[in-house]
Amino acid sequence: MPIAPFREAVDAVALAGGEALKQCYQCGLCTGTCPWNLVKSFPTRKLIHQAQLGIVDFESEDTWTCATCRACVARCPRGVAIIDIIRALRNIVAEMGAGHLPDSLRVTMKNIAGTGNPYGEPAEKRTDWINDPELAPVTENAEILYFSCCVPAYDPSVRRLARSTAKVLKKAGVRFAVIGAAENCCGESVRKSGSETLFQKLAQNNIAAFAKSGINRIVLTSPHCYYTFKNEYPKLGGNFEVIHFAEYAAQLLKEGRLKPIKPLDAKVTYHDPCYLGRHSGIYDAPREVLRSIPGIELVEMPDHGPDSICCGGGGGRIWMETKKGERLSDLRLDQAAGTGASILAAACPYCILNFEDSILTTDRVGRIEVKDISELLAEAL
Amino acid sequence: MARIGVFVCHCGTNIAGTVDIVKVIEATKKMPMVAHVEENKYNCSEPGQAAIRDAIVKNRLNRVVIAACSPRMHEATFRRTVTAAGLNPYLMEISNIREHCSWVHSDAKDDATEKAIELISMAVAKVVRHEALFPQKVPITKKTLIIGGGIAGIQAALDIATAGYKVVLVEREPTIGGRMAQLDKTFPTLDCSSCILTPKMVDVGQHPNITLMTYAEVKEIKGFVGNFEVSIIQKARKVDHNKCTGCGTCWQKCPEKVDSEFDLKLGKRPAIYIPFAQAVPPKPVVDTANCRYTKYLRWVADGKQGKAPPQCRICEKICPTKAIDWEQTDQVITEKFGAIIVATGYQPFNPKVYTELGAGVFPDVITGLELERMMSASGPTSGEVKRPSDGAHPKEVVFLTCVGSRDEQRGRPYCSKVCCMYIAKHAIMLKEHDPEVNCYVFYMDVRAVSKDYEEFYKRAQESGATYIRGKISRIRQEDGKLIVRGEDTLLGEMIEIPADMVVLGVGMEHNAGASTLAQSLKISYDINEFFIEAHPKLRPVETMSDGVFVAGACVGPRDIPESVASGSAAAAKVAALFWEDFLIVDPMVSTIDQAKCSGCLLCTKVCPFKAIDTKVLRDGRTVAVVNESLCKGCGLCVAACRFGAANLRGFTQQQLLAELASILT
Repeated sequence: MPIAPFREAVDAVALAGGEALKQCYQCGLCTGTCPWNLVKSFPTRKLIHQAQLGIVDFESEDTWTCATCRACVARCPRGVAIIDIIRALRNIVAEMGAGHLPDSLRVTMKNIAGTGNPYGEPAEKRTDWINDPELAPVTENAEILYFSCCVPAYDPSVRRLARSTAKVLKKAGVRFAVIGAAENCCGESVRKSGSETLFQKLAQNNIAAFAKSGINRIVLTSPHCYYTFKNEYPKLGGNFEVIHFAEYAAQLLKEGRLKPIKPLDAKVTYHDPCYLGRHSGIYDAPREVLRSIPGIELVEMPDHGPDSICCGGGGGRIWMETKKGERLSDLRLDQAAGTGASILAAACPYCILNFEDSILTTDRVGRIEVKDISELLAEAL
Repeated sequence: MARIGVFVCHCGTNIAGTVDIVKVIEATKKMPMVAHVEENKYNCSEPGQAAIRDAIVKNRLNRVVIAACSPRMHEATFRRTVTAAGLNPYLMEISNIREHCSWVHSDAKDDATEKAIELISMAVAKVVRHEALFPQKVPITKKTLIIGGGIAGIQAALDIATAGYKVVLVEREPTIGGRMAQLDKTFPTLDCSSCILTPKMVDVGQHPNITLMTYAEVKEIKGFVGNFEVSIIQKARKVDHNKCTGCGTCWQKCPEKVDSEFDLKLGKRPAIYIPFAQAVPPKPVVDTANCRYTKYLRWVADGKQGKAPPQCRICEKICPTKAIDWEQTDQVITEKFGAIIVATGYQPFNPKVYTELGAGVFPDVITGLELERMMSASGPTSGEVKRPSDGAHPKEVVFLTCVGSRDEQRGRPYCSKVCCMYIAKHAIMLKEHDPEVNCYVFYMDVRAVSKDYEEFYKRAQESGATYIRGKISRIRQEDGKLIVRGEDTLLGEMIEIPADMVVLGVGMEHNAGASTLAQSLKISYDINEFFIEAHPKLRPVETMSDGVFVAGACVGPRDIPESVASGSAAAAKVAALFWEDFLIVDPMVSTIDQAKCSGCLLCTKVCPFKAIDTKVLRDGRTVAVVNESLCKGCGLCVAACRFGAANLRGFTQQQLLAELASILT
């Protein structure tokens, strides 16, 4: 049976923010660039053409594959905002009922809607990571606000990231405060998963909570939160000075407020998180932090900087299951191991979660470690 | 007594690597009348040429043989060399021992050496019989004929006229303007076509150096560069344009209404008409095939068979200046021109052969040019796009590129060069006319190669046009819709679109009569009947016929910018030609010995350049006479002449026989 274009669906995608699909001239560079095609088949170009014709199969798992890593957008010769198109398609599923959300994603969205965090934990537990009075934030005259991201706040396996960050800040004598229970998930993965209404609510809530604190400088651990605070919140009225930890640490080092002295004696390779690198253009700051640590030999993986390969955790994928054999984090770990490094450094809680999982499932425990740059820096102080 | 100098060139190793130069020199020294032999690494280099000049003077040489590369390469160079040493340039002969010898016999060195010696001996034998020749000067008529009043012809006419030379612009239709006048807007800027064209048309009509001859056709072309003689038929308009003021009363009152050619039969026009409101000249012609009174006159002339047509004559009665002239007949005007520019343009491909598309069968399957007329504010629908079948405004419009182009099956292998862009334009403009319109474009490739074209294509996509890669394989009519079917090759699936209207991106093809005109101009044309340039890259507006230039889409599919550029380029070539007062004509042409000529005139029949005239001598004999300005020196007349009267200067019978004799004895 021949197919017929479905104009209403095309208009719906455009209305949901996927206007960019009109510009695509179907060269297929996106498909070739997409890292998923290193491990399985994900026909990005075809998906966009289907959207152009309004004949998208919203029940297809392809709707949920994109990790919004931006590799395709960065290379698209027509400058098509492919992520916006993906977001629009997902929005039609999530809010217009054109299909179904993957189960695990649906649970996460429900948790965030209910409790403000993806784990469904009470808001009061948001600051449970502060288990040491040495790490305690200040309550007045703070220089900055620290936004830990829900993942280090609630996930026991990466709570250490919030602690190491706090330790670095303390060592530098930075007076930082946290908002705690009043703040919630930044909403980045929510928006990319198509739940636009929920995102708007989360964003408004955060903007109000941060505005109320009276502190305008915000330092963040997650590049996803960073991107959202910096690029999405201003359009909704939230104008803050937003600084990622990597940038802030590099600045503290430059100012001499931090002095790493303990040698680490390790070969380290650095993984550029998509939302810090391609989305935000920050490539040097994390490397400056690593180079400041005595004894570290920094080596690069074959694909680094703007060509970095996604860990597979963006675009809400962190809340979805990826089949073994199709995990980008496994591929990335192979690349890291190939450099001979004993430590894979990153600057994103999602990446670290994915890599730790891959170390377990690919049987690399004890052979390579995954660490946040804040951890390495804290160890050297 | 001839004193011949032979200069053997090594051409680096090109010749010397194969031919044994020492042996060649030895053998050449023994040839009759050779007074001097010299070898040189490169004859053509400045030291090489200096050596030749010195040797001519020192050895009092009066003939020179250059044994080197092809005369096509350096004949002109060595003619200048010997001239500088005081010799007539035609007393030099080239012996080609490179292309004709060393290059083709590099595997047989001994044989190559022997052949080189023989080639030189032929040249020696020939050069002895050379005579000094002197080029003729021919005056130039500094007036240009431009055939075709489209945008290319208009541009050429204005440029030449502005340079100060006279122009006669001949146009077949009753107005100039050509195809561009039919367009609504132009890509990629969406300039209104009329707004940029009609001021130029007016300039042509008013320029003191331009004589405009519309409704006229070139009948016969004689002569040669600098001195063409052209007969032009001014078709009978039945209107005296000297009296007519173009007031318009006649065409408003004419009761006869026929399909308008300009509006592609989408609208009507009277039998006395101007094709469109901005026509230049703004004066009418009578369409005698349809005028009631001329029909009546024919009925009378045919013996009054059947019912008498009405004797209308309304135009005549109401014309305030009495300009209607029923007696007017076709007039032949003969004029001299120094140069001719051919700018006869193209016609749109007729898509009827595509039966699968229903072209010419389904009324709502139209061509791009028809849509163009509909979109034009001054067009038959006053700018409203309506379905021909029911006048409804179409909402779902499907376009197809490459109709009658890139299709060997239909004998049109070439790219139309414009349908990608004009369809992009249509898609943008339809959306502007009516935001509720959805445009789908079936395409094979999108070719947007000129300045700002890619951006324009992107703009079409942004306006909402959906591009589907694939050709339409079938269109059927169903419930007032056109069901368009084709493969979406990017999805690998068949797709069907219920459309209100289908627009075919028809290509360009040669204009009617292109090959006949080419034959009378003695210019070549390709299998598609497009005229062929002298060189596709380096001589793009010249032709193989000196003084005849080509511009615009008669050379191949071209858009407006390219047509304008080629019109200006042709004008520049004409201006350069007219800068001199005389033309220098090559003296190596045919001559006819009147004493030997029998007057059979076979030569006049074989001459491809019509360069042989006849002349009656005082004794009453008719003999052939060569027009040296037209003769290209091909030698056909020499071969045809049974009496040995015809001879070719520089290649006389005696010279050629001597060449043969030198190697046969």
